[in-house]
Amino acid sequence: MSGRILISNARVVDPAGGRDGAGAIAIDAGRIAFVASGDKADPRLRDFTAERTLDAQGAVVIPGLVDLVARLGEPGHEHAGLLESELAAAVAGGVTSLVCPPDTDPVLDEPGLVEMLKSRARGLNLARLYPLGALTKGLAGEALAEMAELTEAGCIGFSQADIAVKDTLVLHRAMQYAATFDYAVWLRPNDAWLGNGVAAKGPLATRMGLSGVPVLAETIALATIFELMRDTGVRVHLTRMSSAAGLELVRRAKAERLPVTCDVSIHQLHLIDVDIGYFDSAMRLVPPLRQQRDRDAIRAALADGTIDALVSDHTPVGEDAKHLPFAEAEPGATGLELLLSAALKWGESSGLGLARTLAAVTSGPASVLRASSPSLGEGASGLVDGAVADLCMFAPDEAWTVSGETLVSRSKLTPFSGYELPGRVRCTLVAGAVAYDAIR
Amino acid sequence: MFVRRNPQLNKNDELIHLLSIEGLPQSILTHILDTAGTFLSVNERDVKKVPLLRGKSVFNLFFENSTRTRTTFEIAAKRLSADVINLDIARSSTAKGESLLDTIANLSAMHADMFVVRHGESGAPYLIAQHCAPHVHVVNAGDGRHSHPTQGLLDMYTIRHYKKDFTKLTVAIVGDIVHSRVARSDIHALTTLGAPEIRAVGPKTLVSGDLKEMGVRVCHDMAEGVKGADVIIMLRLQNERMGGAMLPSAGEYFKTFGLDAEKLALAAPDAIVKHPGPINRGVEIDSSVVDGTQSVILPQVTFGIAVRMAVMSIIAGNSA
Repeated sequence: MSGRILISNARVVDPAGGRDGAGAIAIDAGRIAFVASGDKADPRLRDFTAERTLDAQGAVVIPGLVDLVARLGEPGHEHAGLLESELAAAVAGGVTSLVCPPDTDPVLDEPGLVEMLKSRARGLNLARLYPLGALTKGLAGEALAEMAELTEAGCIGFSQADIAVKDTLVLHRAMQYAATFDYAVWLRPNDAWLGNGVAAKGPLATRMGLSGVPVLAETIALATIFELMRDTGVRVHLTRMSSAAGLELVRRAKAERLPVTCDVSIHQLHLIDVDIGYFDSAMRLVPPLRQQRDRDAIRAALADGTIDALVSDHTPVGEDAKHLPFAEAEPGATGLELLLSAALKWGESSGLGLARTLAAVTSGPASVLRASSPSLGEGASGLVDGAVADLCMFAPDEAWTVSGETLVSRSKLTPFSGYELPGRVRCTLVAGAVAYDAIR
Repeated sequence: MFVRRNPQLNKNDELIHLLSIEGLPQSILTHILDTAGTFLSVNERDVKKVPLLRGKSVFNLFFENSTRTRTTFEIAAKRLSADVINLDIARSSTAKGESLLDTIANLSAMHADMFVVRHGESGAPYLIAQHCAPHVHVVNAGDGRHSHPTQGLLDMYTIRHYKKDFTKLTVAIVGDIVHSRVARSDIHALTTLGAPEIRAVGPKTLVSGDLKEMGVRVCHDMAEGVKGADVIIMLRLQNERMGGAMLPSAGEYFKTFGLDAEKLALAAPDAIVKHPGPINRGVEIDSSVVDGTQSVILPQVTFGIAVRMAVMSIIAGNSA
């Protein structure tokens, strides 16, 4: 069990409170006892006898990262990832809480399956797992899933993952039902018919002879979702935005005070269609990589708060599934261990300062999580006295190279392979216990 | 991670694979056309062979059916004295679940020197070129909608034969360009060789505005598209287009974008009419035009063999 730990000589950054300065953090029985500022000798430090001291010299300490979209491979895709390997990858990346979508195999529409998943994850003492339940049974878009039972089993919201509900009547009713109990619905805005294609529609896809997904697929889906929200009052979190036009619609919906939030993946934040190069299947992703102006809009929206969270979109894929012609390759990439660095890399060019940059992966997603599930309990609570001690210590001035050797995840495939990225995680604590230690 | 350098060229910028016309400099295209010219005379001799590829094994890997293209490659390889093996992929181990790369690895182990590949997915030959042994060469015989470089080269050979100077030509490409690898290859070749005006002609469902970024003028009116053209390239219309809600019927297509004598009269008086084949008479092109004096559809066949001989002999002579 975790005892009394002192993290000393730290630069403590708390995006929620705006704190950024020298300090120390005292942990007792798995919770934050207090956070001391470094510029005056805090009397509480004298009275705190630590059993263990973690020296954070040269490092930044932040609340553990919260990742709103991370697939774990289980159940159904165990050849690509297991709970053990992927939750270990999470803490190696400083992620202490993550949300997994329901498109497992079998689908997360059975309370028993959700309980099993939560219990297995708890037993591993790695990152905290918050599953999304299926909105419809089997994600088939026809019959409603047992949302109350699934919530009781531990689901924090309801989602269709990447499978759009074609029938607007069913979608309307699903939202009405969810709104009855104040459950949140998480949707990726993508029209079922226009949204099929392996690349983003545009001059590049035309030149390369690849089927393209037009921006229309996202904007039409958003228009439908917002209309249904106005009618039902349901809370919606939009996952994995991809276009400038889509973000403009979100901006207007937020101005109208609709209960909507959204996120974007590390891939859309950094890469564009041209990065497909000579049909590199590592770039086969959902949503597809769009154009320069979309990436510019995404960066601006993350900076101005239109986008609430940056996500890893972690999707373990086996190598065989990528060694295929572009259109046949399985979409997805490993990402949990890249989330922090991806945020820092964006922060370098955005000029926003460390606290604001890191809000995208800490307080931003934590707010979304808590809004989705007000009775969340522990986890994703930030650097508050009495909160569980979920923390990430990282060296902002150290870089690391993304490769098969450095990645902990079972799946080593990412478009960032070979990139040197900023920020190396030194250690990660969950409930006051060291879940990851780089030195080990 | 994929190499960003053009995988078709070695360190000395020599051609080692032919995957796409895009990215190849004018000098390489011209070299291929000139070499094809020398091979034309071989095809007229009694003993139609030269020993350039003697002892080499050329494997035809056709994942998509094509008797015509495969036969031309086979003839071309045999005239270069190569050993040719045709792989019937539908009945092969791929149908039994073997992955594309495992198939390639197994064939490489049988000492294949060259793969001629036709595949239904854009980009497949790039994957093969990236994973086969360094001394093995890959020729793309058509990948999905992306590229059909030997067809593009043979189209250029034909145009050069009749028109001589690319820099004075107006070329109209008519039909289902969005789904056509031949059209894309033709467009890249024509822009590289300096054709000043290239028009993409067809309805909006088959000719997208995005094409203008490839250097063409998009026209949605047939009369406007062929007016004053020196070369008209007609593309085949596939039946799937009606099924996919892109066109209502073959009859309406013929009325609006088919090439008949009346439309042909709007082009330059000495305009030539091309079609990569197979032809759908009465759908994209009227019989009277196919059989008329301005059609150069048949002579293309001999040119096709010579162009493929040129491509294979050039790449076989360059090392990775």
